[in-house]
Amino acid sequence: MSVKRPNLAVNIAGIQLRNPVMPASGTFGYGEEYAAFFDLKRLGAIITKGLSLNAKAGNPMPRIAETTSGMLNAIGLQNVGIDAFVAKKAPYYRGLDTPVIANFFGNTLDEYGEVARRLADVPEVTGLELNISCPNVKQGGIVFGTDPRAAAEVVSLVRKQNDKPLIVKLSPNVTDITVIARAVEEAGADAISCINTLTGMAIDIRTRKPKIANRTGGLSGPAIRPVAVRMVHQVVQAVKVPVIGIGGIMTASDALEFLIAGARAVQVGTANFVDPTAMLSIIDGIESFLVEEGLEDVNQVIGSLTT
Amino acid sequence: MKNYETIILNNLEISPGYWRMRILAPGFAAAAAPGQFVMLRPEQALPTMLRRPFGIFRTGCLPPECAGLPPREYMEILYKIVGQGTKIMSELHAGDRVELLGPLGRGFAINDTDCAKLLVGGGIGLVPLFLLAEELIRRGHRVRLLMGGRTRDDILAVTEFERLGVETYVSTDDGSLGEEGFVTRVLERKLAKYPCAEVYACGPMPMLAAVEAICGECNVPLQVSLESHMACGVGACLGCVVKGTGHSDQRPNYLCTCKEGPVFSADQLDWGRVVNPGGGCLEGGCR
Ligand SMILES: Cc1cc2nc3c(=O)[nH]c(=O)nc-3n(C[C@H](O)[C@H](O)[C@H](O)COP(=O)(O)OP(=O)(O)OC[C@H]3O[C@@H](n4cnc5c(N)ncnc54)[C@H](O)[C@@H]3O)c2cc1C
Ligand SMILES: Cc1cc2nc3c(=O)[nH]c(=O)nc-3n(C[C@H](O)[C@H](O)[C@H](O)COP(=O)(O)O)c2cc1C
Ligand code: FES
Repeated sequence: MSVKRPNLAVNIAGIQLRNPVMPASGTFGYGEEYAAFFDLKRLGAIITKGLSLNAKAGNPMPRIAETTSGMLNAIGLQNVGIDAFVAKKAPYYRGLDTPVIANFFGNTLDEYGEVARRLADVPEVTGLELNISCPNVKQGGIVFGTDPRAAAEVVSLVRKQNDKPLIVKLSPNVTDITVIARAVEEAGADAISCINTLTGMAIDIRTRKPKIANRTGGLSGPAIRPVAVRMVHQVVQAVKVPVIGIGGIMTASDALEFLIAGARAVQVGTANFVDPTAMLSIIDGIESFLVEEGLEDVNQVIGSLTT
Repeated sequence: MKNYETIILNNLEISPGYWRMRILAPGFAAAAAPGQFVMLRPEQALPTMLRRPFGIFRTGCLPPECAGLPPREYMEILYKIVGQGTKIMSELHAGDRVELLGPLGRGFAINDTDCAKLLVGGGIGLVPLFLLAEELIRRGHRVRLLMGGRTRDDILAVTEFERLGVETYVSTDDGSLGEEGFVTRVLERKLAKYPCAEVYACGPMPMLAAVEAICGECNVPLQVSLESHMACGVGACLGCVVKGTGHSDQRPNYLCTCKEGPVFSADQLDWGRVVNPGGGCLEGGCR
């Protein structure tokens, strides 16, 4: 009897992924930083650091603090800016044979639209991931992703500027994530990824100062995983578009929780810092799980939750 | 740069609160340049614990135990217990597994000039200076190490430098070993003596700021090795930045410690308004 390797490939909004595992934006640089550790061809996709219209210098230091089973970060979305990305970073992806998803954001509605427009004709970019966890500086700093109307407005504008597959990344810092999920689906999102970091804070009791200069930061890592699994579960129930699960994934079993909850793929963030080859172990572990369970296709696991 | 899943060869307390860990690392020595660092994580730590950055102290090779065994290459770190991670490390033994990422970052730039080479170390900041001293001596330079600490317990591994042929000058804040006072006092005296000098420093930030003030005043080229909180160690997370020259809120200039450093030329950095805590006026003037 020949042993057939199970199928790991999944499809997200027309993007064919060889397996359902990809890095989370901001934890993998532009990809090249990790090329020394493994062949980037092993990944389902590459997701870039968040890009904006102009280069962004980011927040003062300290920017990161370790917390119990996780970390806080307030990097401040430091990035090279869209034009430098297209000119200097994108050529690196040529011939890589792994889909590249450009994560991006704006400080105003117009900026979102302009970045989307400039990414439209970049052949190295397969799809977009729209980060709506940013404050709208023109409207008192209200975060686009916490208001269903503002979120829908950004998505439909981006949709008009760029017809590459569009993944919208949701903020968990909301009362009901399904409201936002439905709003962005209606506005034209092809897929949804969730969750971004949860706003948190940590204090140094000796100096009485916040542990990061920005005072608050985004909490990531295993500490947020149960919250993320719950939100992915809720979003999967609420929308028809595919969902990508993110939050505290360190191992294959963590990733499988998201897939069983209904996520079609997963992103791995903080775990890359603990172990730069974490994603490879996760991919191999998912395959072993399928073999153990006698399954031929990862799609048989997706949404297999029984309640 | 490589991700090693390897073992500890030994782990010993060398002075109260300071430990030395020898780690099996084939191929490491040839790749490591003076001033580079590693990201380290004990396998038995919580699976969620981030890696910690440590300077590379020494590299070496154990002779084959018995005929036929290949020589075993190792690297060593010196570390001070300051929190949970370093506490866990101090409880490890030979044979325990660690994950080691390295060598990482940009180390010291070595100039083959005839200027006096002065190495200034404060406490655990001595670590990156050993490979540097080794390399400078290999290239035929005379090397002087000015080593400072709060007490005699903070003065580490000086005899190892002496065995290399380094002239060493020890000072402690409380006078319990060597000269009493700050290491910067010794530096001022030395700078006054040599017509031309280059300084390489690593230590606590107030010490580095004082060294910078002195070298700045005397127009002496200075390289410093900095510390910063790190998550990835490879330039991916941008968590480890420091302020570069001319930094302002309007025109920010952040440098990435793990990738563009940890060693910087002093003129790449924004030293703010930190004044020379050692006094501001040089004992003996600049030569
Ligand atoms: C390039 C570089 C080289 C270093 N070389 C050495 C060395 O050779 N020997 C040595 O003893 N120490 C060195 N350090 C400092 C060492 O990394 C910290 O002392 C260590 O991370 C503390 O960990 P902890 O869990 O014991 O402390 P905790 O305070 O419990 O750590 C909490 C978090 O803060 C971070 N952190 C705390 N202090 C520092 C610090 N000073 N620098 C960076 N991160 C910190 C930890 O990594 C951890 O994520 C170096 C740091 C850098 C950046
Ligand atoms: C250092 C750091 C930087 C991040 N930068 C971005 C970013 O630029 N854009 C974005 O959409 N999310 C960013 N994130 C959020 C992650 O992509 C991810 O949603 C979050 O960390 C949760 O996943 P994790 O628990 O696996 O890390 C960042 C997270 C971290 C830790
Ligand atoms: S530690 Fe991640 S960029 Fe330097």
